[in-house]
Amino acid sequence: MEARRKSLLIFVAAGIALSIALALIVSPFASSSPDGLEKVAEDKGFLEKAEETEPAWDKAPMADYSISSLEESHPAWATAIAGLLGTVAVLLVAWGLALLLKKRNIPLEVSRKDVGGA
Amino acid sequence: MHIPDGFLNAGVSVATGVVAVGGGAVALKKARDELDDKSVPMLALCAAFIFAAQMLNFPIAGGTSGHFLGAALAAILLGPYLGSLVLMVVLIIQALLFADGGLTALGANIFNMAIVGVYGAYVIYYLLKKALPRGRTWFLSSTAISAWFSIVLAALVCALELAISGTSPAGTVIPAMVGIHALIGIVEALITVVVAGVVMAARPDLIRTYQPAGNLTVREVA
Repeated sequence: MEARRKSLLIFVAAGIALSIALALIVSPFASSSPDGLEKVAEDKGFLEKAEETEPAWDKAPMADYSISSLEESHPAWATAIAGLLGTVAVLLVAWGLALLLKKRNIPLEVSRKDVGGA
Repeated sequence: MHIPDGFLNAGVSVATGVVAVGGGAVALKKARDELDDKSVPMLALCAAFIFAAQMLNFPIAGGTSGHFLGAALAAILLGPYLGSLVLMVVLIIQALLFADGGLTALGANIFNMAIVGVYGAYVIYYLLKKALPRGRTWFLSSTAISAWFSIVLAALVCALELAISGTSPAGTVIPAMVGIHALIGIVEALITVVVAGVVMAARPDLIRTYQPAGNLTVREVA
């Protein structure tokens, strides 16, 4: 059972390493063409509706997957670092949330109650 | 297909926002029942991988790019509730940290991708799994088909929201959105099959919706 647990952690670590590598190394080479929705908006003449609208949230620190202070001098690094930070942020938030939710679901609670009653 | 601010009217923003909150409540409640030692790290890994892979826009026909969505992958690896939760986490962080998808459209983006994309993929996968024989080939075929549908269904509801908002006529925006995403969906299917195939080769027990032995209730304690 311990070996199984170890194998799971190795699998997850390898997956995290792959994800970070994708965000850090591959993301600067991603296509910068408009995506499906943006292209349709452009072709069908409603893209300006978004361009004319002030964003409702303008505090995004890495808008457009870039670091503004690095964007001019090192655009590829700006994207790579934004990708790295984003991947780590998502990983930590998702892991933390999952742990919080799981805690309420420990079967041990039943046994603790049983012990308390005895 | 992250909708920015300005494309949706107030009615559509609020209505999809309400559905998104409801979907979030369901996903959180179900996550409490379902999360165990094995699925906690898998949920985190799925979220991180999907975020990273969504950054990688690939060129598709005519000066357009597409990117992986991951709704079907999350649904198949984790089941629909945890899968939906994963996409919600990714979409919220994309909106708040990266200004990808408008805050007023966050409900719609969650509805389209984390709810319609994930549950749509799961329903199609589930029906195919019932209809098809068991086995690796059929599993991967069902995965491909549900991944393609997840993109097309999400694009369809996105187009409907744009039409209802009066942003673009239904007759224009629906065929345009569905058409381009039918192409993007092919790449989605390929990526989903490759990733699901790798997980299956390495640790088939980590695919929560796939039980080769046939007993759906047994869940191994890691």
